[in-house]
Amino acid sequence: MSLPPNRFVGETRDLPPALEEARLEITALAKGYGLDFFDTVFVMCTWEEINMLAAYEGFPVRYPHWRWGMEYLRMQKSYEYGLHKIYEMVINTNPSYAYLLDNNLPVDQKLVMAHVLGHVDFFKNNLWFSSTNRKMLDEMANHAARMRRHMDKYGESTVEKFVDLCLSLDNLIDPFASHINRHKQSAQQSMLTQPQEPDLSAPKIKANDYMDRHINPPEFIEAQRDKRLSDELRMQRVPERPERDVLGFLLQHADLRHWQRDVLGMIREEALYFAPQGQTKIMNEGWATFWHTRMMTRDILSDGEVVDYCDHHSGTVLQQPGQLNPYKMGVELFRHIEQRWDRGQFGRDWLDCESEDERRRWDTGAGLGKDKVFSVRQTHNDVTFLDTFLTADFCREQGFFTTKKDSRTGKWIIDSREFAAVKKQLLSHLASRGTPRVYVVDGNHNRRAELRLHHRHDGLDIQLEWAEQVLGNLARVWSRPVHLETLVDGEPVLLSHDGSKLSRGVPSEDAIDAAAEAAAKTAGQSAGGGSP
Amino acid sequence: MAMLNIDQDSQRFRDIVKGRVRRELRRFMSSKELIGKQGKELVSIPVHEIGIPKLRYGKNEKQGGIGQGDGQPGDESGQPGKGQKAGDQPADHLLEVEFTVDELAELLGEELELPGIEPKGRQESKSKRARYKGISLKGPESLRHGRRTFKQALKRNIAAGGYNPNRPRIIPIREDRRYRHFEMEDEPRSACVVLYMMDVSGSMGQAQKEIVRSEVFWIDAWLRHHYEGFEARFLIHDAAAREVDRDTFFRTRESGGTLISSAYTLCQQIIERDYPVSEWNIYPFHFSDGDNASSKDNELCTKIVRESLLPVSNQFSYAQVDSPYGSGRFLKVLKEEFSDEEAVVISRVADRDAIMDSIKELLGKGR
Repeated sequence: MSLPPNRFVGETRDLPPALEEARLEITALAKGYGLDFFDTVFVMCTWEEINMLAAYEGFPVRYPHWRWGMEYLRMQKSYEYGLHKIYEMVINTNPSYAYLLDNNLPVDQKLVMAHVLGHVDFFKNNLWFSSTNRKMLDEMANHAARMRRHMDKYGESTVEKFVDLCLSLDNLIDPFASHINRHKQSAQQSMLTQPQEPDLSAPKIKANDYMDRHINPPEFIEAQRDKRLSDELRMQRVPERPERDVLGFLLQHADLRHWQRDVLGMIREEALYFAPQGQTKIMNEGWATFWHTRMMTRDILSDGEVVDYCDHHSGTVLQQPGQLNPYKMGVELFRHIEQRWDRGQFGRDWLDCESEDERRRWDTGAGLGKDKVFSVRQTHNDVTFLDTFLTADFCREQGFFTTKKDSRTGKWIIDSREFAAVKKQLLSHLASRGTPRVYVVDGNHNRRAELRLHHRHDGLDIQLEWAEQVLGNLARVWSRPVHLETLVDGEPVLLSHDGSKLSRGVPSEDAIDAAAEAAAKTAGQSAGGGSP
Repeated sequence: MAMLNIDQDSQRFRDIVKGRVRRELRRFMSSKELIGKQGKELVSIPVHEIGIPKLRYGKNEKQGGIGQGDGQPGDESGQPGKGQKAGDQPADHLLEVEFTVDELAELLGEELELPGIEPKGRQESKSKRARYKGISLKGPESLRHGRRTFKQALKRNIAAGGYNPNRPRIIPIREDRRYRHFEMEDEPRSACVVLYMMDVSGSMGQAQKEIVRSEVFWIDAWLRHHYEGFEARFLIHDAAAREVDRDTFFRTRESGGTLISSAYTLCQQIIERDYPVSEWNIYPFHFSDGDNASSKDNELCTKIVRESLLPVSNQFSYAQVDSPYGSGRFLKVLKEEFSDEEAVVISRVADRDAIMDSIKELLGKGR
């Protein structure tokens, strides 16, 4: 592991003896509880260093860009005004690095260490992180070096402008791409079939003459033929099937110079690296909080530290009146799951039981809670986590409700405490924190190498002002006009941008249908469904 | 090393922000917060954070929100999403970025395309100054260079093999001592004095005075930025003139009649007493609503300007602020009298928005 010399590994960076002792104690404890984490290096930092690292998203060496500077200035200011204080930061690498603020109380440092180990366990074991690059510290530094080289050669502002374009598109990736190889199969197919005349005859099952009509009915053969024909046509389209990974598509097909392709590739790589953290925010924070509370209250705290601990812990899981703290929800849901599986509150009998009283007293002594929470942290992301484990009981206990804007007074009021409504609302909020699902459907639109995208509308309109700017940036990268099909207030709209201005039209009917159908098909294939 | 990078990235961001501030300079120009600051003092300017546009969901009010806590359906629930959706909207964060007055002056210059000022028609004054430029083996103890001395001792110790990193013990001896060494050098100095004269008579309302103060602030910042040896004198006048300090100039409220000649006379006296023409670039600026007491005094004024001020000044500037009271005749008088005189610059300021253009008129010649 190569680190900037003397920056984070050095004599001055050793933890003070008391904390080093606490670190050993907490590490042993965490292992005892079954947490399984990468080696974790704790680094003491001043608040300026912490702010700097936070601006760089935890990585000490990033490529030069103004937005780190902006973040840094913003954090410095809000720290000066006492508006925020970063308690902990940890990065998903092996070994993992966690930063401690040097003027925190010892009890805070212990809390942070316990919390951090929860995160590192999550990074290591949650499947959505399984394909992230654990040597990202080096990779980021490589990116910085490459970016500097391009800047030296092609000019700082030229490269910076292109970086800005790419960043504006960096959420148009396929967060599942690293888990599924969508291209491999079709690539092999096309290699084999392209030079030949397509074979459209459907394979028949061998049968006696008199049975042939029954075993291979002509209608079926005809249908197969049609299907093959349409498959064949689809093969000739670029992309073959709608492509969620817009950046990846640009990387392959856009008319870019060598350095531009390199920059685009780096930005895509970094976006993919951070994607799982966005998909598992509630779980990840919930899991870390779950473990730090357990370790702190059961094992670590001394009597004198209890008050400070409670003070700071309550700050993290603070729930503003009427509002929802996702971290609190995460930890509560994990506790709920543990309790249910400990008491055997699952399975057919449990689901069928309708007696309130019986349900309350239900305890088969199954004792499976711990196994269950560990397996949940391994396989779920936020969407599936809530979808699977949010129960009516839990909603009632937590007092969740949906809100709406009162059309008369303009104030937000409580709408409903119905479980179904709450769950729907929660999931849709989760989805809307994410990125609208947009697919490349045609790289040769109008047969003029124009790019056509389809937005798979799921009830929420996209923000048009930004869409205009994003399309403009996309057109600049694609260097030909681009089009986006979407719905605005329920009406199909085609937004087109030629690099200088936006125009708004109506998409042709077939195009919408075909694209929608294709997008639905592709989406059906992707696991997990939805991006939180 | 890493610290250094964030400085570069911050600087890059500040440069981008500077560009934006420059474009919106007119808006900041009339900010009262600025007045009274100078030089390296910081002015914090609120700017919108720069957002990178991304494809996102819009704000769908019909989507409704989600909450947690007590209450019955129909009760008020508080604003939704304040906590968890913060940051969804672009550019709704304001960031305070700090600039020095000097930087702002530079921006002003770029925006108005003001020419750099070449000191003209004056001999550059020279002064001798001691500069510590080197290191010497001997010198007075008061000039001993601690770090260099220590370094020397350390080198000697290591070379002699007596250095133990675990128990470092460095004792400098006579030969280790190093001293700062100075040389006398000539320093070219372009000295400049600006005399700001402001009419504070009864006809100058609060609004007019504020315009003048904004304008003086920016002119001051610009000239100060260009001259190292910069002095400013502040004069106010109604029927009589007196010199005041900077603070008073920017805050005073007076009233009374108007005798412009009183200010010009005082201005002339100050120049004669304190600023030999051979060494100073002299800039008198006069701000008024142009409502002088009598045409006789007008004549006296033009006489003083022509005979006493113009011969010694780089440029004589007069800016007249529109006022609901009074004739504003003085502008015409000067224009007629000095129509052929390049060193006299006259500008009319209709309202706050005209300040920029007026500054351009006054400073645009680069004299």
